[in-house]
Amino acid sequence: MAVAQRTPRGARWGPAVRRNLTAYGFLSGALLCFAFFSWYPMIRGFILSLQSNNFVDPPTWVGLDNYRTIFADPVFQTAWVNTVVFTVLALLCGYVVPFCTALVLNELRHARGYLRFVVYLPVMLPPAVAVLLFKWFYDPGPGLFNQVLGLVGLPGLSWLDASSTALISLVLVSTWMNLGTGTLIYLAALQSVPGELYEAAELDGAGFFRRVWHVTIPQTRLILLVMLLLQIIATMQVFIEPYLLTGGGPEDSTMTVVYLMYQYAFTYKDFGAGSALGVMLMLVLMVFSAAYLRFSRDDTQERS
Amino acid sequence: MRPRQVAALLTVAALALSGTACGAKSSKDDKPSANGTAGAAAEPLDPNTKVTISVGCQPPKTAKEFRADWDADVAAFQAKYPNITIESKDAFPCIVPETFQAKLASGEMENVYYVYYTDAQGIIRNKQAADITDYVSGVKNVADVNPLFLQTLKDEGGRLYGLPRKAYTMGLVYNRKLFARAGLDPDKPPTTWAEVRDHAKKISALGDGTVGYGEYSAGNTGGWHFTSLLYGAGGSVVGPDGKTAAFNTPEARNFLQLLKDMRWTDNSMGTKQGHRWEDLMRLLGSGKLGMMIGAPDVVTEAFNNFGAKAEDLGTAALPEAKSSLLGGDGYMINPRSTPDQIKAAILWLSFHELTIGEGQFNYARNKESGRPVGIPENILWGDNDSGKREKELRARYSTVPTGNFAHYDQGSASIPPKVEPPNAQAVYALLDTVMSAILTRKDANIDDLLAEAEKKVNAVLSRTK
Repeated sequence: MAVAQRTPRGARWGPAVRRNLTAYGFLSGALLCFAFFSWYPMIRGFILSLQSNNFVDPPTWVGLDNYRTIFADPVFQTAWVNTVVFTVLALLCGYVVPFCTALVLNELRHARGYLRFVVYLPVMLPPAVAVLLFKWFYDPGPGLFNQVLGLVGLPGLSWLDASSTALISLVLVSTWMNLGTGTLIYLAALQSVPGELYEAAELDGAGFFRRVWHVTIPQTRLILLVMLLLQIIATMQVFIEPYLLTGGGPEDSTMTVVYLMYQYAFTYKDFGAGSALGVMLMLVLMVFSAAYLRFSRDDTQERS
Repeated sequence: MRPRQVAALLTVAALALSGTACGAKSSKDDKPSANGTAGAAAEPLDPNTKVTISVGCQPPKTAKEFRADWDADVAAFQAKYPNITIESKDAFPCIVPETFQAKLASGEMENVYYVYYTDAQGIIRNKQAADITDYVSGVKNVADVNPLFLQTLKDEGGRLYGLPRKAYTMGLVYNRKLFARAGLDPDKPPTTWAEVRDHAKKISALGDGTVGYGEYSAGNTGGWHFTSLLYGAGGSVVGPDGKTAAFNTPEARNFLQLLKDMRWTDNSMGTKQGHRWEDLMRLLGSGKLGMMIGAPDVVTEAFNNFGAKAEDLGTAALPEAKSSLLGGDGYMINPRSTPDQIKAAILWLSFHELTIGEGQFNYARNKESGRPVGIPENILWGDNDSGKREKELRARYSTVPTGNFAHYDQGSASIPPKVEPPNAQAVYALLDTVMSAILTRKDANIDDLLAEAEKKVNAVLSRTK
């Protein structure tokens, strides 16, 4: 401070620079973290995907060999199809359900805080615990779900034990675990919608559904879009559910791209091929990320 | 984006990060000895050379007796070789696949590290273990080991990359208590698959979630047991050249049909499927599993970690077996070790894993510390003099009713052991599909499944480097 007052340089640049310097100082921590734990690993993953590396001898460049290995894998296609199907189903459930929950919570006049807490509760469970909990629920014998189905006189399902139902069972787990976060975000968006619009709509004789269609959805359009993209990016990386519940089975019906990546890197001990698959997934996700950045920028511009 | 998923995506890359960060260290290390000269390797370790080696798989602090025994062994060894210092690294489980590469890359890998047989060939192919052929040429304890059990630790040229700790072949593990409850004679375990089917039916009829016969179908363990059943039936997973699948045969169709019948016609395999390794161990520990195929080490495992009573369990030879899948574990040596470290490592392994009456074979001490002795879980020596001495010692200090396991001991002696297929993990992953289909889909078509798996395994084998 004292120095700045004495020197002409300080006088010329003024306190703005100093203020910005502090800001850069704060920023550098985050930048370093991103650099070390996100950007560098990405670049490293790309390099690894072009190498044969046993982590003992110096790595050798193998061109696109690792990519060829991945493409030739008989499960490669299955993994992508499963991942896309999972993503679509997870969006259908994981996108619509939290939005509807938020709509209902927003309409409620009583016990709102309590219900919000209840909805958010599953998020507080460690994901591994939540997933393993469902392993018990899904047990075709004494499992909770089949017991409940039995109580109401319905036949039990195979859940994780049939290739036809395993993937959708994973979607249910994922939806349940992530319901809380989505709901809270939608709820915040809903509460930012000006009340006059609803009043006007109500005066015009609009019912609940027409209000949602003509007021809520247009007003929260951008949030909805951004959340959609974020969810696509997140759900395409599905890993923990198949890893803990099914091991990719039965009959590869729950083999996902990230789980296959894991298989390559850790079971087959082939980091090159695992990284190649990682790069492929990254390229696909980058398309969605680019779209996300575009829309979220539009969002801020529109508001400012 | 949820942080855990970012983490999952970047795990591969993040581990690589630690690889580069620490990889530079290796160049400063002594010259790796993997291709060291035969002359120097054959010379014994100079008693005046001080050597320190790190050794993995020390029992964890929670396993007090095991750890105390290990530490006592280390002290005894260091007293015998004062120039060698053993740095024990504790770990449970002994190998975590997720950290294997990272430890190698960062230089954190122990000089002497633990492996399953299943992974050994992949490690050798990746050149992640030191060639110890010349170092063991004069070691009597190694020469004594049944050569079949060294085969898994050798490359195609016959060079040796590790030493075994345990070796066993597949048999049948069964619950004697459930046998008795189902009106079966526990001293007469099934010797044919028809009997297995019949017994499974009777045991599952006890109800209350009891499973007559349990089988794996996920996490590559399904493929592993597929291989075991196929070997038993006299088949092979791959042809003699190691490049083509050879399991699309009547032998495979037969046992798959049997499994299908037990699962869907008899309903004797339980409704819950998709079992991975620990699932059947848990079921065995809870006393709800009648039979499974497995080596006698399953009994030790179920006793040590899953609450089973060793006296309730019995083992028998694999029914109608023409050959039996070989399993086991051992140690390999970090290729960054110096020649002196390799020499010290061989001395340690020879002492702790391959000396009758010492280390893992110190049955007198094992009995004192309350560990089960008497289960025939290690057939490293075969029928030679060491094998006979091991059997005699095991009988003398036995703590379990050895009669329960005698059927395996007697029946298995005449069944030739057979090693795992090349690229075992990748092949097992594809065979998992067949097992899970049979056990989860009533209309599964065995012929189609085998044909499909054959195509996939051929694709994997053709690109094996």
